[in-house]
Amino acid sequence: MPLRSIHAFAGGVHPLGNKNTDVLPSIHLHGFSEVELLMQQHIGPPCTCVVRPGDHVDVGTLVGKAEKPMSVPIHSSISGTVKEVHYVVSANGAPVEAVRIESDFKHTINPFCRPPKVESFEDFVQMIRDSGLVGLGGAAFPTYIKVNPPKNKMPDTLIVNAAECEPYITADYRQICEHPDDIIDGILCVMKWLEIPKTIIGVEDNKPLVTRIFSHEIKKRVYKTGKHPDIEVKTLKTIYPQGAEKMLIYTLTGRKVPPGKLPIDVHTLVMNVSTLRFIGLYLKEGIPLTRKRMTLDGSALNTPGNFIVPIGARIQDIIEAAGGTREEPKKIIMGGAMMGVALDRIDHGIIKANNAILVFGSEETTLPPESPCIRCGRCVASCPMDLIPCGIDKASRLRDPEMLEKYHVMDCIECGCCTYACPSKRYLTQSIKNGKVMVRAERARIKKEQELLASSEQKGGNTPS
Amino acid sequence: MKLQVSHSPHVRDKATTQSIMRDVVIALLPATFAGWYYFGIRAVLITLVSVVSCVGFEYLCRRVMKRNNTISDLSAVVTGLLLAMNLPVSLPLYMVVVGAAFAIVVVKQMFGGIGNNFVNPAIAARIFLVICFPKAMTSWVVRAGAWYSLKSVDAVSSATPLTQFQGADAPSMWDLFIGNTAGCIGEVCILALLIGAAYLFVRHVIQPWIPLAYLGTFLIVVFFFGKANVFHFSGNLATLDGWQVLFHECCYMLLSGGLVLGAFFMATDYVTSPLTVKGKLLFGLGCGILTFLIRYYSNMAEGVSFSILLMNILTPHIDDWTMGKPFGEVKENVKA
Repeated sequence: MPLRSIHAFAGGVHPLGNKNTDVLPSIHLHGFSEVELLMQQHIGPPCTCVVRPGDHVDVGTLVGKAEKPMSVPIHSSISGTVKEVHYVVSANGAPVEAVRIESDFKHTINPFCRPPKVESFEDFVQMIRDSGLVGLGGAAFPTYIKVNPPKNKMPDTLIVNAAECEPYITADYRQICEHPDDIIDGILCVMKWLEIPKTIIGVEDNKPLVTRIFSHEIKKRVYKTGKHPDIEVKTLKTIYPQGAEKMLIYTLTGRKVPPGKLPIDVHTLVMNVSTLRFIGLYLKEGIPLTRKRMTLDGSALNTPGNFIVPIGARIQDIIEAAGGTREEPKKIIMGGAMMGVALDRIDHGIIKANNAILVFGSEETTLPPESPCIRCGRCVASCPMDLIPCGIDKASRLRDPEMLEKYHVMDCIECGCCTYACPSKRYLTQSIKNGKVMVRAERARIKKEQELLASSEQKGGNTPS
Repeated sequence: MKLQVSHSPHVRDKATTQSIMRDVVIALLPATFAGWYYFGIRAVLITLVSVVSCVGFEYLCRRVMKRNNTISDLSAVVTGLLLAMNLPVSLPLYMVVVGAAFAIVVVKQMFGGIGNNFVNPAIAARIFLVICFPKAMTSWVVRAGAWYSLKSVDAVSSATPLTQFQGADAPSMWDLFIGNTAGCIGEVCILALLIGAAYLFVRHVIQPWIPLAYLGTFLIVVFFFGKANVFHFSGNLATLDGWQVLFHECCYMLLSGGLVLGAFFMATDYVTSPLTVKGKLLFGLGCGILTFLIRYYSNMAEGVSFSILLMNILTPHIDDWTMGKPFGEVKENVKA
């Protein structure tokens, strides 16, 4: 019997689930004529490109070498020839080095890809880094950093994020349905090397099948090994943003991650099911992260569903390969409907953390005009971080960094609940994000001023006015 | 291909300002109809004049100020309806128009329109009218003659239950509850008001914190410090009579005057009430105490209106005081 968690965070909203694709088995998409691999697909410094135009690469060949800390290597997702190494504008607007590889349609796998031998904790961390794994839930945080916490902050609980609270997305759900054994392998591996005694899998209560699959899989392990792994499946209330890290930790363990801190500060390790499934798979096959399962949905698509695509495949090619559109798309979103980025062009190659492409037709695309805030308080009631979004919005539009800090703008997790709930249709999340930029600039300015002041005092010169 | 680019989230809730205002109008209708039933066709006339002039002034104001037209958000309709519910049925129609003008032009549009008024427009207008036309605003009538009679001047002048509380001709509790008494058009029928309030709760338009805190505080204060308070009856409370008098006063105070209308429909006005639950409770608390003080110690009968007005003015400060800590924020160490 799965346990129900007792804690509940304040706030949250209930957008329509729209999990239209949850019964559709994932389909492998092949035959992409070229891919474009960005050299930065994680939070951290970009990789150094180690291939040159004309080089031949196989699936799994190292393309981007991770030289700096926090950086994760990037591997070729198809076999073929490197055509071009150039700078492109990524989906979030920053210039990034990219490698264009033309396919030879042979799909040969790099012969050096072998199941890794892990004999020590150091091996384990190195294996995770070499596999090119980042957090696949969407944040793209380097996993090898996550599994290598400072010694005084070892986690005592592994939390498996199977909440998938974003509307439309069912990629994790399909992952669980299709490969529960790999996920459990991944969990056991992480538990073993990090010496974590306890694992909790958090599943929203609108996915009862997932709970059953996991319970069944755990029973199978007990039968096979005679040992009961300490893995517990807990049912969560279906509410957005249940899958947000801080909310998930609180609902499952009652621990609150302080602002500006990481889950590891409360001795918790949170990993997405897809991340763990990849660890399980990598242990078996040894092929680095080159493919990604993603949900394609939206009214403009002919055949919505879940597809496994090579990383770097261009969005337009993916949409075409997945069945094409039945009407002119009005809006294309990379990611979920609540936090995804609306794209202005669709020749971007997908990156490791992408888990959905939503192709909205005219019926789903809305751009409601803003009206004045009526202070109804729905944004306040919906904010999972207990902030006052309408106050931040006001401060942001007044361009007042001091007032923004007073409203704790930097604690916002940009989940979009406030904007979803706002009856005046105000673009609160956008304005809050602008506010964050202002606060950062102001903090930098103050810091610089103080440094200047300090240095001029040292020199004994006049204080700058 | 032309793609629309906008910031996330890309899905929105169905509720709009207009749908919320429509819900408020629907919630006010039972009490309005009850008022029409008890006060006759002149009440209908007052309601119509009030709503039409509020909407008209809103339209004119926006035209003159060269701003976009906002009458479609229905907030002016709500103000008009609330204003009418706060007026005695015998009020001359031009005074209704003056009140509507004050509410919309001075209180609402001059401060920036919807969302920017610092006090509730309907309450401000009511108080404005009480100050300008004290006699007309406090002459209460019970329905005289046939329901279609437009005459009100000859109607029987009557005291409101609040002022006749100790008199022998005070209405029964049941009459107070169903509205068979003197008073403003919309405030008399408590039953209808509660039905409307229940609708607002069900539709999640308002939260119960302000009405609960307001009515609760008021009752507690009356219980302890009213005319028939616990201390006063300290000798008599052993007998059933003492309790009965105390209970009677509490219920009487709760059901008479504009308290229920104010607590559920005016104090909960979004723009002029605090945002957080803590703030809402504090707001209700303040309203309750002020209402008691004004009702018992002032010579004006505007306890509810004035207390809500005063708390409206305090709202920005309450918001400041009650701003909570973000999720996970631990107590900051006091700097040495």
